[in-house]
Amino acid sequence: MNYDASCPLTYADIVDAYFLEHRAKVLDIAAFLDRLERAADGPAEKDDFRVAALREALLLLSDGDGERAKRVLDLLSDATETMPQSAANAKFALGAAPEVGQ
Amino acid sequence: MNYIEPHGHMVSRTTADYERMALAGCVAISEPAFWAGFDRDSVKGFYDYFRQLTEYEPARAKKFGIAHFCWICINPKEGDDPGFAREVIEIIPDFLKKPNVLGVGEIGLNKNTKNELIILEAQIDLAVKHNQLILVHTPHLEDKRKGTRIIMDALLNHGGVEPDRVLIDHVEEHTVAEVLDKGFWAGMTLYPETKCTTQRAADIIEMYGTERLWMNSACDWGISDPLAVPKARMELKRRGHSEAAIKRLTYDNPHTFLSQSPNFNLPG
Ligand SMILES: [Zn+2]
Repeated sequence: MNYDASCPLTYADIVDAYFLEHRAKVLDIAAFLDRLERAADGPAEKDDFRVAALREALLLLSDGDGERAKRVLDLLSDATETMPQSAANAKFALGAAPEVGQ
Repeated sequence: MNYIEPHGHMVSRTTADYERMALAGCVAISEPAFWAGFDRDSVKGFYDYFRQLTEYEPARAKKFGIAHFCWICINPKEGDDPGFAREVIEIIPDFLKKPNVLGVGEIGLNKNTKNELIILEAQIDLAVKHNQLILVHTPHLEDKRKGTRIIMDALLNHGGVEPDRVLIDHVEEHTVAEVLDKGFWAGMTLYPETKCTTQRAADIIEMYGTERLWMNSACDWGISDPLAVPKARMELKRRGHSEAAIKRLTYDNPHTFLSQSPNFNLPG
């Protein structure tokens, strides 16, 4: 894998090209977390496992290490090795593994 | 600039989409067999679908100067019923003889079940026995990494599979390296909600190079964009990637992989 200097754009070019779009995405996440607190039945006592995984992913984004996209996907991945016999006994894919953030 | 859409479910698209793709430079489409959004009730349902892929879609595409190719299989979702799936597999060899068929696909796993694996292994064997290319579907969410690993094990454990005749699709940042390292081709699916955005696809290309990698739109019945590949080309251009590199990813690479089938011939 080629990580360092692999994007042809300069740092300033990347900021100019993409900043506003990602500013908006951060605001979406912030508003989503606010919305959970404003839920009609009140905020949950314990986070849904998907929300817990999302909060863990957000921490990972600011830990200073690289390969964030890969590490977020790894964090959200099913790490079990067992296979159900059929889809009837399989859980619906929900975007995060229940083990994460528990 | 001409491009190839190497994974597009055109049975789900309007004729106007064919026109828009042609206007954007699409010269060829390869269409894998997939789940239609509902489970089919009989083998005859698959027979009709395979006829649609081998007879009707090529005619629809031809009106816009697009060459249409396809892949035949029972998809992993409906493969979860092994008894029924084996009946469908019995009618596949006849369709593999059709002139626009490139191989067996998209086979793989959906919920990573033992039943799906039984039918995946049966179709890997079918492809090897008929000397066909293989196109692989991988699960989309938390089950992708696990599913991709089980699929690669099944392919390599067969003993008769040449990895450079297999493309594993829907890779993301956590699966692309393993797929390429094992010698398979890898596909990135540009899909707005799950899978990969054009920006992330460009990032993956920058980190992992342009070898044995392609991009596709899937453009199925879900929220998807038949112009995703030309949009990804714009993203690469905006970042300053060379015309040659963009052509390699969106024309030369799919051309090279698909040309391993004697049925893949482009006019001109
Ligand atoms: Zn597909």
